[in-house]
Amino acid sequence: MREPVAVTGLGLVTPAGLGTAPSWEQVLAGESAATTDPNLADLPVTFSCRVPEFDAFALLGRKAARRLDRFVQLAIVAAREAVADAGLDPATWDGARVGVVLGCGMGGAWTWEEQHRRLLEQGPGRVSPMLIPMLVPNMVAGHVAMEFDARGPNLVTATACASGATAVGTAMDLLRSDACDVVLTGGTESGVTPLSVAGFAQMGALSARNDDPAAASRPFDVERDGFVAAEAAGLLVLERSADAAARGAHVHARIAGYGASADAHHVTAPDPDGRGAEQAMRAALADAGIAPADVGHVNAHGTSTPLNDVSEARTVRRVLGDGPVVTSTKGVTGHTLGAAGAIEAAFTVLALEHGVIPPTANLDSQDPAVEVDVVAKAPREAAVEVALSNAFGFGGQNAVLAVVRA
Amino acid sequence: MGPVYDRVKELLVDKFGVPADEISPEATFDDLDLDSLDLVEFALAAEEDLGVRISDEEAEELETLGDAVSLLEAKGAKVSA
Repeated sequence: MREPVAVTGLGLVTPAGLGTAPSWEQVLAGESAATTDPNLADLPVTFSCRVPEFDAFALLGRKAARRLDRFVQLAIVAAREAVADAGLDPATWDGARVGVVLGCGMGGAWTWEEQHRRLLEQGPGRVSPMLIPMLVPNMVAGHVAMEFDARGPNLVTATACASGATAVGTAMDLLRSDACDVVLTGGTESGVTPLSVAGFAQMGALSARNDDPAAASRPFDVERDGFVAAEAAGLLVLERSADAAARGAHVHARIAGYGASADAHHVTAPDPDGRGAEQAMRAALADAGIAPADVGHVNAHGTSTPLNDVSEARTVRRVLGDGPVVTSTKGVTGHTLGAAGAIEAAFTVLALEHGVIPPTANLDSQDPAVEVDVVAKAPREAAVEVALSNAFGFGGQNAVLAVVRA
Repeated sequence: MGPVYDRVKELLVDKFGVPADEISPEATFDDLDLDSLDLVEFALAAEEDLGVRISDEEAEELETLGDAVSLLEAKGAKVSA
């Protein structure tokens, strides 16, 4: 067991809302954010979950609005909220002791597609000199560093749909090893482009419910048929508990453990026995010094794909028993890929802080193969002390965070 | 200044988000918060719009907006309606 770290700041930019409060409110209401997406007309799947419109020009300034890919813009907006929420002032902090660890699966997908079109239609001489700085995934951590003068360790983790959780776990390690005093961590993704949606659709990974998008993301439901592609950014400010206490910071909750593993099984399908997921869940519990029976809540990876949800539910039951109250917030937000592990860690933190577990949207008829207690229809009040947030990525990469009440 | 200047001004406002009231022939690219990468993009946009090519070397020499307009005019830039 190692020392838990304090979550002192939260920032969310999700399809459920611009900001932590509106996002949490819609997640608690269990209202799906999926709608028909004009960018996806003519594709086999024509809907997604997008972040509500915001004026990037006004919010970020003209230079950033033009020169930052959307995945970076979302992260900057979320990071500003998180830093302000933590009550930290970048003008006075020791930037050399502030790290940035963010997860991202794809990088600047919009930039890739737009500039590739230019290359084909107009030739290499018309490709933007900003192409490379806009698309490389690591650039988001670089931009957050520039925004806040954060000069400590700085990196982007890429474990597909586990990226955000991998980032938070890695950030926790940087605090425990005293490599820095504050870490801005989380994940970001804006990859719902025609090309990536075509690719996911060809894999058969996406829900094809074009006639009823709001009912498409339905984790653990018997009628689920795939995930809904989404974009988001979620940022958490982490500090060692003693430092947070010393400055009198409000602590939302604590991250107490991190477990990571690989399925070593298949490019996209989860190990049917859930061995990799089990190993990561057990590792997170061991890291936190928590017994499986003490876990009261699981924010599941719960993608709404036929394969994941059954395999994950079986694993949860095998490792934790039938005690924990399970939810998947992807029913509301869709699957935000590299951001998912981060925004769901934030939702887990909020569930513990407020003593209420959000419902799984669209859970009308629970799959009989899912033998765990999943919250449906309405939020459930529960004074939970310990929760797990699961994140599993294509490639068989698993990352699990153990969260405890402050 | 003539139609080429007006077109360049439009381009800076529309594509680069430069506030119109900051734009003058004497303004330097530095004043307008446009760096070397912006200048390459500006040259690309001007080529698309005005049909003349500014090389990277020429772009590096440009200091003010007036310099850029003079160079474009000298190269025979045409403003189409």
